[in-house]
Amino acid sequence: MNRTTRAGRIAAAIAAATAILVAAPVISIIALAMQPAPDVWRHLIDYVLPLTIVDTALLLGGVGALALLIGAGTAWLISLYDFRGRQMLVWLMPLPLAVPTYMAAYVYVDLFEPLGLVHRTLAVWFPLRDVVLALPNLRSLPGAIIVIALVLYPYVYLSARAMFQFQSAEFTEAARTLGANRWSVFWRVSLPMARPALAVGVALVSLETLNDIGASEYLGVRTLTVSIFTTWLNRGSLAGAAQLSCFMLAIVAGLIAVERYGRRNATTEFSAESPRLTRRTLLTGTKGWWTFAACLVPVLFGFFVPLLFLVQQSFKRGLLSNFDMSLWRDAFNSVAFATLATLIALLLGFATILAYRWRPNALRSIAMNISQTGYALPGLVLALGLLTPVLAIDNGLNTLAGWMGRSLPGLIVVGSGAAVVIAYVIRFLAVPTGFIKAGFERIPRDYDDSARAAGAGQATTMRLIHLPLLRPAMLGAVIVVFVDCLKELPATLLLRPMNVETLATSIYQFASRGSFEEGALAALLIIAASIGPVAWLTRFSDMPSGPA
Amino acid sequence: MTKLRVFTATAALLCLTLPVVSTASADTGEVNVYTYRETKLIQPLFDAFTKDTGIKVNVVSASSGLEQRIKAEGTNSPADVLLTVDIGRIDEAVQAGVTQPIKSEAIDKIVPAQYRDPDGHWAGISMRARVIYASKDRVKQNAITYEELADPKWKGKICIRSGQHIYNNGLFAAYTAKHGEAKAEEWLRGVKANLAQKPSGGDREAARDVAAGKCDIGIGNTYYWALMMNNDPEKKPWAEATRVILPTFEGGGTHVNLSGVLLAKHAPNKANGVKLIEWLAGEKAQQMYADSNYEYPVRAGVAVNPTIAGYGKLNADPLPISKIAAGRKAASTLVDKVGFDN
Repeated sequence: MNRTTRAGRIAAAIAAATAILVAAPVISIIALAMQPAPDVWRHLIDYVLPLTIVDTALLLGGVGALALLIGAGTAWLISLYDFRGRQMLVWLMPLPLAVPTYMAAYVYVDLFEPLGLVHRTLAVWFPLRDVVLALPNLRSLPGAIIVIALVLYPYVYLSARAMFQFQSAEFTEAARTLGANRWSVFWRVSLPMARPALAVGVALVSLETLNDIGASEYLGVRTLTVSIFTTWLNRGSLAGAAQLSCFMLAIVAGLIAVERYGRRNATTEFSAESPRLTRRTLLTGTKGWWTFAACLVPVLFGFFVPLLFLVQQSFKRGLLSNFDMSLWRDAFNSVAFATLATLIALLLGFATILAYRWRPNALRSIAMNISQTGYALPGLVLALGLLTPVLAIDNGLNTLAGWMGRSLPGLIVVGSGAAVVIAYVIRFLAVPTGFIKAGFERIPRDYDDSARAAGAGQATTMRLIHLPLLRPAMLGAVIVVFVDCLKELPATLLLRPMNVETLATSIYQFASRGSFEEGALAALLIIAASIGPVAWLTRFSDMPSGPA
Repeated sequence: MTKLRVFTATAALLCLTLPVVSTASADTGEVNVYTYRETKLIQPLFDAFTKDTGIKVNVVSASSGLEQRIKAEGTNSPADVLLTVDIGRIDEAVQAGVTQPIKSEAIDKIVPAQYRDPDGHWAGISMRARVIYASKDRVKQNAITYEELADPKWKGKICIRSGQHIYNNGLFAAYTAKHGEAKAEEWLRGVKANLAQKPSGGDREAARDVAAGKCDIGIGNTYYWALMMNNDPEKKPWAEATRVILPTFEGGGTHVNLSGVLLAKHAPNKANGVKLIEWLAGEKAQQMYADSNYEYPVRAGVAVNPTIAGYGKLNADPLPISKIAAGRKAASTLVDKVGFDN
């Protein structure tokens, strides 16, 4: 049993270190918030919060519901049915993930705004002025909900797929035997069983929406995050902004607690004797086509429309013929940062959950919850919070070198780009922890017990039982984190070393000048860098259909 | 366990490929610039500087938070020069205590006193004005005041981006500084009542909405119109449907804002930093600012770009820029109070 305890100790140590890592920037934000911010709250309560909170709630609710509908719906169809084109959809569905939210907002505004492609096309038949007045304004709350949900639904899709795939046949078959039709099987069996996974997906979508600044501001929706930046930059109160961030963090924590409380009595672990996979039902003819079309629509609007727009702009503006060679270097930086951060986040997330699984106690539960807070802060706030601890290390090293009479090494953590990787890990750690936790919730503890009874140590159980069963969840997490890192902008901007650009910061250099189309090529490279891993990992994670 | 080994190997390899450590070196012919101006915009200037002086320029650009970064870096900060747009930003950097006086006779001579800090912490390098993009078809008048934007005759005819955006914040701050908070509030309510739609988009969208007939006047910065007209065939029709009117304050001039330079407090390459600042105020750099960025040079005797000159003669408002910085918070408060962005 020595082996067991050693693995357990390692996991616990990593979990503790992870919690400290994630807590560092949060604590420094809380410290900032402790400073007085006179008249900030009076003003916020009187004029800002009432409307902002409503707008934020409507935006999050709308995006969450739409992403859930699209993500869970398509995941259900693709996991349980076989139809012509399904193979293609398996790797197409997650692709909108590769389109940065702000990019989607720019593209859709350009297409649907006055004098955009849609207006000009319609103006062939109708007077332009009528078209302008008749079409809804995309720069509005409903417009923002649709645009954002179209690129964020893959969070729900990927987490739901990981669950639906392992939906044991016994349950659905039992329900069918009891006379339930497919629809009520979905509502009453599959959906509740997938709830932890769906909750993770929707939580990620909501937090991503909440922390977005580019798209919301451009589309004219005033979220809490926009208020944070106004408080900081226009009203000159960093302390007030930090307080508002903490307030937002508290709301997020509250909502997550409510969701968990809501399913406190639900057991989603299934102790089927053999987790036999459900056989996918074959859909032929019109039915098959409709299913295919239904799944294709979100990919079409979330991925192909922005893609074609960017390709068209790249040609039109001659970005391809005078290819900016520095983009390759930027792409290399992006991929290097993202790969490193993804591997580290996966490892830390897995260890944190494993530590809790092996010995659930209050301390480990706290560690697990702390490790997920990075996602609940806007990227720029997180980066601001990270400045103090990271530079404390850098400055400490310099002081140490000074004492020892060595020449000063300069700022190593920030200067090497490690700060960017650390920021990514902290920010996106919620994804692997969330996905893996949801995955574990579907693995009955009976398995662990049986393995132990058979003489297997914890490490062996992990390798032979947990890892294979967690494969879809882990691969889903890898895709999401990797692509999220490629897209991440605010923390990258503030923490990167001198003379280092990534693809995302390169787009920013153009977009902030008001001409995002000049950054089309960089955006295409983000998409290109995402497609490879997405395609490979999703193919890899597609389970074979169960036996008849 | 081979998987684990592959994992470790990949991680190690990636660590090695991380960008090389860039350290702060004292006067080795380098200067480190932290900038809020986009690198794509200013890189040509730095390249020309390196060509002229042999001094290498290292750059990091961001959208906000650079003062906090310099502060956290403390005495080991590699930052020499901070480049920024908008007087509010300039002021923030000074307030954050991360700067030192530039102390350059050349700067004092070239940059008009109105556009530099009396204590020498910052100097303006170029200017832009916040102006009206008026519909060629529907707006007949050739002159307009900022005060007039609240006149009910413009009801449903004005398009503008968020009132909290830094460009509008500067304009509203100037208004507040000139007329006082009560008058400014009344004016903002009037402007709000005249908006054709909820504030959103950017300055280019203001021109676009005018071109599409959604509104008659849009509010934007001088250089955006020139960029659409000369550098972007797709957006040229938006500029062509509008003309730029340089508005004035009643009894005053046009609201201008600055891009400026500051010298970092712990600049390791201070001499090179000052050299860069002086170079940016030099004739060559000023001409580049005017021609490629369509900004107004601060240096007398440097010609503005013909497109910009076509707007008419700029009569900049005499209000000291530092007064505008002081009015920013009040302006931001008023924007929320009147529900400008709602």
